[in-house]
Amino acid sequence: MEAGSVLAPRRLARRLPTWVAGLLPLILLGLGIALFVALDAPGLERRGIPLEELVVDRTVLSPGEIELQLRNDGPDPVEVKQVIVNDGFASFAQSHDSVGRLGEDTINIDYPWVEGESYEVALLTATGGTIDTEIEAATATPEAGASFYGLLGLIGLYVGVIPVAIGMLWLPWVRRIDPRWIQFLLALTVGLLAFLGIDAVLEGIELTSVESGASQAFGGSALVYLGAVTAYLALAGVDAYLRGRQRRHESRSDPSERPSRGGQTGAKPGGSGAYKLAFLVALGIGLHNLGEGLAIGSAYAIGSLALGATLVVGFALHNTTEGLAIVAPVAHEGEGGRRRLPRLALLGLIAGAPAILGAWIGASAFDASLAAFMFGLGAGAIAQVVVQIAPSIRDAAGRLLHPLAVGGLLAGLALMYVTGLLVSI
Amino acid sequence: MLGGSLAAASLPVAHALIPHESLHGGQTAAAQDPGHAAANGSPAHAGAGHRGLVGSVDPRVNGFDPAKIVRDFDYGRTRREGGRTVREWTLVAEDKEIEVAPGVKYAAWTYNGRVPGPTLRAREGERLRIEFINSSEHLHTIHFHGIHRAVHDGIPGVGPGNIEPGDSFTYEFDAEPFGLHLYHCHSTPLADHIAKGLYGTFIIDPAAGRAKADELVMVQNGIDTNFDRENEVYAVNTVAFAYEQNPIRVKRGELVRIYLVNLLEFDLLNSFHIHANFFDRYPTGTRLESTEFTDTITQGQGQRDILELRFPYPGKYMFHAHVSEFAELGWMGFFEVVD
Repeated sequence: MEAGSVLAPRRLARRLPTWVAGLLPLILLGLGIALFVALDAPGLERRGIPLEELVVDRTVLSPGEIELQLRNDGPDPVEVKQVIVNDGFASFAQSHDSVGRLGEDTINIDYPWVEGESYEVALLTATGGTIDTEIEAATATPEAGASFYGLLGLIGLYVGVIPVAIGMLWLPWVRRIDPRWIQFLLALTVGLLAFLGIDAVLEGIELTSVESGASQAFGGSALVYLGAVTAYLALAGVDAYLRGRQRRHESRSDPSERPSRGGQTGAKPGGSGAYKLAFLVALGIGLHNLGEGLAIGSAYAIGSLALGATLVVGFALHNTTEGLAIVAPVAHEGEGGRRRLPRLALLGLIAGAPAILGAWIGASAFDASLAAFMFGLGAGAIAQVVVQIAPSIRDAAGRLLHPLAVGGLLAGLALMYVTGLLVSI
Repeated sequence: MLGGSLAAASLPVAHALIPHESLHGGQTAAAQDPGHAAANGSPAHAGAGHRGLVGSVDPRVNGFDPAKIVRDFDYGRTRREGGRTVREWTLVAEDKEIEVAPGVKYAAWTYNGRVPGPTLRAREGERLRIEFINSSEHLHTIHFHGIHRAVHDGIPGVGPGNIEPGDSFTYEFDAEPFGLHLYHCHSTPLADHIAKGLYGTFIIDPAAGRAKADELVMVQNGIDTNFDRENEVYAVNTVAFAYEQNPIRVKRGELVRIYLVNLLEFDLLNSFHIHANFFDRYPTGTRLESTEFTDTITQGQGQRDILELRFPYPGKYMFHAHVSEFAELGWMGFFEVVD
């Protein structure tokens, strides 16, 4: 009897299919939650007054009207009952009388706003709380038509595609210079990328900072880091997969050839992986330019973008160096002559075209959380690319930070810093 | 209008002939006049709405109606003691949620469930007893403006001091001097105890009374709904734009007397301005001579004036704080002058 009663559950457990055993805790959890919700959290009472948090995702200004697109960031539902604009009640209509957690509400306020003036909008809730937002300098939000997207596409072309393409024209020069200087150029590339990575992280954090009033519901600045880790791991995984496939392929064709340094050196410039390296560089830069496009597009939409020659020239100089970074790894790539041009064009598009896409998204459906995640992805991709390039910078003695490399790194950082001064969104 | 001020000066003689009951005159006249009856809670103007406000406040939810408060005078209970009139009231402090603008709730502290509290009205020289019952969850007092002994001043630390929740105390003093006064809670923090709604108007009529008039009580106040020590809503008698959505009806040519009190907290000044008309001003109502003939006055915290005017023409006439910010945040209304 005794032995039987102890063994019975074990036998039962062994008889359960594996997938049921795996799902069992989840099913119990689901039942528990359902019961807890059905009984309305027995034994637990809410303390204090409701926490009301609404963040303004987007402000759209049209003549005589201010539109606020809101999201409820807090745990409790929020009911906006009155709207105060610059110390006066203003009439309004809204899409939802009550907004639940992560719910959205659009408020259309009748207000004869004046171009260039600033407005404080306070949303007065049912509990008497106020949610404040500020319009720094009112200007009509451009209507999203063909000419609007055309203009933004042009901006993206100017600041993303063209400069990168021009930068890539350094290729013939890069191919002719002393191979030792390639190491310098690759170090320079790492310097450029390091600057872009730092820049992406800082911009992402700024976009989602609590001070900027951005939504914290989806994690706020944490999204930048999550994006970075995600991109880094994803690229590392892709790289490992490609290398594994390449190795199997090579061992089949030539079993005597073994991967150098246990495969951890990554692709070598001029070696078979050069284009892969260039691709990774282009991808990292592309993700960064996507973020940059988002920032440009959203700034343009709210009228705070000083659009003009200075911006375009600044970005052109800034992003031309990115073109150099893409071609440096393929300096001594000799193979595939006929396919080279399309390949290079593709790399240029991967790096530059996301600026156009970013500008469109930024101007029409800007979301700070999404933009921050994009910036994070860019930073993570760049970090992975830096890790990939780093072995190529090593000198004969295997040193990473030899004088030439340090010079290149610092030159890269300085180049980006100085050209970056010309750009301000 | 000079005539009006002369009439006021000669008033004590004329008023001595009017029996005591006529003290209620303003109210009685209002009830008899079909125009006034319509003004009391009539939905005729509801929904007209200020350009800025969305919706309107249902007085049934609050349990008090600005349209009624404006002409509501509480004369208490009277009896004779030793050949003297004794007037008694009971004021109960209650915590109550009120609606100060459409949909916007505020956890107020009230006397008798309304903000402002009842307008207590007595006659010079009477003995007054105010039983205070604290049904709130907090310490409170009632501090009356007037001339009285320290024990009955209603401040913490003197006499009964703070009245504990559940306790009561009867303040007792003579009705002096005649004029327009206040009462409010004096517990600390003082600004909070006042701003949350524990205040009201206290009128002592001159022994000889005042000239018959359509009498109105206007308590200028503000509501700090989010507790940031700034008011989000301004009003007369608590509800934003109440008289803008539902104008106060008055008769053309009739003497209108406004008991104007400033109980605004957090802002130092408040003001009153009337359109297309001028009024006589009797500061604190303690003298029977007008000191000024104007259309705009400014009051500091706790300051009050009796204003007298007649409307020569029919139509809608705006009145509001000439502090434009307050006007746009609720302190704006209309007189509707009818024949």
